[in-house]
Amino acid sequence: MYNDKVLEVFASRKNAGEIENANGVGTVGNASCGDIMKIFLRIEDNIIKDASFKTFGCAAAVATSSVATEMLKGLTVEQALNLTNAQVVEALEGLPPQKIHCSVLVEEAVKEAVNDYLKKRD
Amino acid sequence: MKAYLDNAATTPLCPEVLKEMLPYFSERFGNASSLHSYGREALKAVDIARDKIAKLLNASPSEIFFTSGGTESDNWAIRGAVGISKKDKKHIVSTAIEHPAVRDTLIELKESGCEVTFVGVDKNGIVNVNDIKNAVTENTVLVSVMTANNEIGSLQPIAEIGAFCRENKIPFHTDAVQGAGAVDLNVKALKVDFLSLSAHKFYGPKGVGVLYIRQGARLKKMITGGHQERNQRAGTTNVAFIAGMAKAYEIACRDMDINNKRESELRDYFIKRATSEISGVTLNGGLENRLPNNANLSFFGIEGESLLILLDLHGVAVSSGSACSSGSLEPSHVIASLGNSPELAHSSIRVSLSKYTTKEEIDYGHDILKDSVKKLREMAPLFKQETGKGSYV
Repeated sequence: MYNDKVLEVFASRKNAGEIENANGVGTVGNASCGDIMKIFLRIEDNIIKDASFKTFGCAAAVATSSVATEMLKGLTVEQALNLTNAQVVEALEGLPPQKIHCSVLVEEAVKEAVNDYLKKRD
Repeated sequence: MKAYLDNAATTPLCPEVLKEMLPYFSERFGNASSLHSYGREALKAVDIARDKIAKLLNASPSEIFFTSGGTESDNWAIRGAVGISKKDKKHIVSTAIEHPAVRDTLIELKESGCEVTFVGVDKNGIVNVNDIKNAVTENTVLVSVMTANNEIGSLQPIAEIGAFCRENKIPFHTDAVQGAGAVDLNVKALKVDFLSLSAHKFYGPKGVGVLYIRQGARLKKMITGGHQERNQRAGTTNVAFIAGMAKAYEIACRDMDINNKRESELRDYFIKRATSEISGVTLNGGLENRLPNNANLSFFGIEGESLLILLDLHGVAVSSGSACSSGSLEPSHVIASLGNSPELAHSSIRVSLSKYTTKEEIDYGHDILKDSVKKLREMAPLFKQETGKGSYV
């Protein structure tokens, strides 16, 4: 049911793990629902310098986390806040309908992480 | 290397079975309902198949009805028992761990006014006979309990439930789809009224099954049309598949003991390796009263579907009880009914062997599993690799 792109991203799991000196962290979901996503960001001069993730979830949850963190690198804080789940799905060349919620989760996790950074900064 | 360890989903077709089927696709193509020689030739094959299966079940040929598979057999037994009953209020007793073919049928009947009791199971996934007895009411029109669970392989006390139902004149159905070929199915000893089988679980073709209907037990007919199957199940007789099913069941019963012994030894070896070499592993269900080819394990901190996909990327095929693989958001109702946390239910995979599974495949499967668990735990939030423990938030 997954396309080749999703499987490729899942297999690589690029940006999996924790980055040092993360200054924005966002966690969404809970284990009883089968998904936890944790996004780590290192932001300097309003620009996302690095991004990573730790995810408990299905292959789509892992793939959306991986592709979203890759998309975040180099974005401004404002651009990151505007990242939508539809853009994440597009980057994966589509997701099965019952997996769309994974892309919604990752959008929420990114917003949490950026807001965490903004809160700490202020 | 590859390792197919999902034989509870389906088994490969046995070469002898294919050989048995082939003539009925070509030179013996007749319609078994036709009166001419082509038809008689086809009918003869169906009669032989019916006799074989009847004998193996200790039933009469007139009690064997061919269907399109386990799901149709289950639907017929359940909907047919409800449909034929003249009671004002209709109540069905079943268990919390039935296959969706039974479970979803019962849920739909419940929504349309039937009363349904889903009796729970113990931590090993086995129903208590007394709980079934206590659930029965004067309105009970059917008790339906699976012979062996499809996810964790737990074997249910069918003969005891059968004895109780027969004594109390309550129709009793068992979905024996997952147990056939590994468990002796003697309908007289089990005292069942209805029993469902599916050929592809014992090295036969997909798309053919049996419903045993005890002489004297009655069901409303579900599929109307021609007069096939003694006017009880319409539809052109699937001659090749029926011949294949009988051949497959004959071989499965003939080799049952030797296959069971071999598979259970390999399965126990796999469980021993997995539970000793990988930390944070739980065996779902007990080792006693379990299908010989089934292992169902939960890996703390990992979601089952991710593990399934990662194993698949290395040629190892298993299935998962996790929500996501089935498209719903609820984790396996079976693992959850054992009293486990939803987290562990989301973290389960099923490994199921066949008579063809080799020790090399088991070793390869285990090695890939061990490596995959390690990789996925590296990115699992809140899991401590060093201790094999952690906590979810």
